[in-house]
Amino acid sequence: MSEEPSQKQTEKQDVGKSVLNELTPQANKKSGKRRSTGQALLIPALAVFSGLVLGAILIILTDLQVYAAFKQSFGAGILEAFKTVGTAYGALLRSAFGDPARIIAALQGGDALEIRRAFNPFLESLVVSTPYIFAGLAVAVGFRAGVFNIGVEGQLFIGAVAATFVGYSLKGLPAIIHLPLAILAGALGGALWGFIPGWLKAKTGAHEVINTIMLNWIAFRLTDWLLAGPMQRPTSGGMPITPEVEASAMMPKFFASPIRFHLGFFIALLVAWLMWFLLFKTTWGFNLRTVGANPNAAKYGGMNVLVSTVAAMSISGALAGLAGANQVLGVTHSLAMGLSSGYGYDSIALALLGNSSPLGVVLASLLFGFLRNGATQMMVATQIPIDIISIIQAFIIVFIAAPALIRAIFRIKEVKAVENVFVRGWGGK
Amino acid sequence: MANAATITPKIVEVVSPRRRIVMGIIFLVFAAIIFLVFFPNTAGNLTTSFGLTPGGITRGVVGSWVVQSKLTLGIVGGLTLLLALYQLVRGFGKRTNTVLGLVSLFFLFTFLVFAAKGKSVNVGGLISSSLSLAVPIILGSYSGILCERSGIINIGIEGMMLMGAMVGALVGSLAQSAWVGLLGAIASSMLLALVLAWLSIKYKINQIITGTVINIFATGMTSFISAKFLQTNEALNMTPMFGRVPIPLLADIPLIGPILFNNNLFIYGTIIVCIVLQISLFSTRWGLRLRSVGEHPKAADTLGINVIRTRYMGTLLGGMVAGFGGAYFTIGSVGRFDEMMTAGKGFIGLAAMIFGNWNPIGSFGAGMLFGFADAFGSKLSILGSIVPPQFMAMLPYIITMVVLAGLIGRGHAPAAEGTPYEKE
Repeated sequence: MSEEPSQKQTEKQDVGKSVLNELTPQANKKSGKRRSTGQALLIPALAVFSGLVLGAILIILTDLQVYAAFKQSFGAGILEAFKTVGTAYGALLRSAFGDPARIIAALQGGDALEIRRAFNPFLESLVVSTPYIFAGLAVAVGFRAGVFNIGVEGQLFIGAVAATFVGYSLKGLPAIIHLPLAILAGALGGALWGFIPGWLKAKTGAHEVINTIMLNWIAFRLTDWLLAGPMQRPTSGGMPITPEVEASAMMPKFFASPIRFHLGFFIALLVAWLMWFLLFKTTWGFNLRTVGANPNAAKYGGMNVLVSTVAAMSISGALAGLAGANQVLGVTHSLAMGLSSGYGYDSIALALLGNSSPLGVVLASLLFGFLRNGATQMMVATQIPIDIISIIQAFIIVFIAAPALIRAIFRIKEVKAVENVFVRGWGGK
Repeated sequence: MANAATITPKIVEVVSPRRRIVMGIIFLVFAAIIFLVFFPNTAGNLTTSFGLTPGGITRGVVGSWVVQSKLTLGIVGGLTLLLALYQLVRGFGKRTNTVLGLVSLFFLFTFLVFAAKGKSVNVGGLISSSLSLAVPIILGSYSGILCERSGIINIGIEGMMLMGAMVGALVGSLAQSAWVGLLGAIASSMLLALVLAWLSIKYKINQIITGTVINIFATGMTSFISAKFLQTNEALNMTPMFGRVPIPLLADIPLIGPILFNNNLFIYGTIIVCIVLQISLFSTRWGLRLRSVGEHPKAADTLGINVIRTRYMGTLLGGMVAGFGGAYFTIGSVGRFDEMMTAGKGFIGLAAMIFGNWNPIGSFGAGMLFGFADAFGSKLSILGSIVPPQFMAMLPYIITMVVLAGLIGRGHAPAAEGTPYEKE
């Protein structure tokens, strides 16, 4: 949690030993490990729960009907409050997973279109989750290597620009070549945007948090200019939007309209597995994590910290770029400024929630995807703005980042667990 | 990594031979552009007319300044070339950064002369709008300075300003009073600052994550309230504003009067905050204590300074300034709140803080520069220049990255920044 105590510890201990302790879970005592694993799952679960409760409180506090009911009597007020939250979260669940009654009715009716419509909410949630997986992995890889990539949003846009350009400018290619090429372009675009702050950090020590924030805004302005100028769709009538990508560059869909579920979801899972393999099953990943856990020890052990930093930022950027490419090639098919609904900042929450492990990130992304897709429909049904999700996410991050808060609320005993150093400040060196 | 036990003084490299050559080449490039692009493409008989008074003002008016375009380009270009050659041969030593500023100013001037050849451009209006665009940036940077000088990293400036803007509009509309709105804005923003301080000091959460949380929360909360109440009930989103208050006598001074002393509360406030902050940070006991807590909390604690309380105070004051800056968006300029209306100004404030080396006067200059880039960009698009306004808008970010990379002399961040303090 804080860097001061952990640093002091490692300085006092033998450096090599502390690296071993941090990197090999087997070195921990068995019983302690089991308890900390239990808590590793308990705390995120309670954090999500607390976030949802606080969201419910906000819904109640901003609902004028609840106040009106309280004016009648206290009991009516309480009832109305519960009813409001019930309607809201009920709508959220129904539109995230689909309405069971409707699914059964559709299956009995046998109408293909109706069946697709009934199953669509669930599959749509997976579609919404997909960019979260890529973006969350981007931040998680950075955390593992000790860099804080707050520039996912910018990298996502540059990746999307590159993928869109390859998508519409190359014509007549077969899909088997065109689609991978467009995806690769997205990854490369993002990687470039991640490489810059990584290289600057390695070369000059400039802190990546500030540089990635700056690059975010440079990316927005650049995209803004491209959309209004060089990449504008000729027939758009002045609207800042690019031409539609060729059909050969679109992610194949598995079902007919209105289901948008596409290949991107499986690519995301594959990439998550790949990142797990890279981070935890290769020497390269071991080096990366060592640099993240303790750069001094890594240097002492002969690892190249600078190369690791640059590589981590580039890979992180590439993953963010994939998120952008996925959205363009799979969902929107053309690029406009509204591409991202704040994936860049949500991804920080995802990486924290998933404890920077690929599997954790995938699970957290599914949660966020279902929440956001549900909230979209909840807004239609109950007029509760979708921004409630951002508020809930903010609470979740606080609770994850400050386990002490959750422990205090739910009176859980503290277990000594290895806490990650997420990022270091830019004061001093 | 920030280690409170050792402080290594950073030596700002200004006189290394390599830097001398690099700077000389940059100057030379400026001179080359003036002579190879601007000069040949300007016909000899054209004049550029500079208006010196912002529009809509009747006090302290002065006439326009008309120059011969080609002649001026030749003279200023020649001066730039001389400076470049001197820099390459001898070097300006410690004055290099000042000369860099001068050369940039020359370049900007020639660019204006060139872009507005045969036309007129209102420089007074340009500077005046730079100032009003710079106000939130400068106040954002002061919020950052107050927090970071006490050792708390604040990347939640954007969120605090956004919250201040929304609450300012809402409370101002409810009370039908700009002053009450301002108080509401400051209070809401201080509340977020309190959360930042509390989470960073008590729970020792990573301060960058806390700042991010504040940004996410403020974005969500302001958009939520806006969609739920402000957009459905327009009466809640019509706040009275602070109007222009010309300062007697001073407003009549030609040239600077209309630009500086014919403004609203926020612009005077920014100038006052700048002066007060500069003096109190560097010439009072209070400032020394605040800075010592940010640089070396252990030493400060040993001398009897309450580190925790000082950090709370610094962060809360930072929140106050951010709230004031946020209120400017609604109560000070348009009178209504729109979602995401701060549009990254808080982050540019962060940039201005770094560019200004955590120093109020420096940050004021940086904020003015960034505001100017913004105003200049929109002016250029009116003049029909070749440079798209988006590229002008990128300038602050690029400059910050260049500064961070140490090309213009690296800044010195408070040493204990981002490190929670633990008493032993």
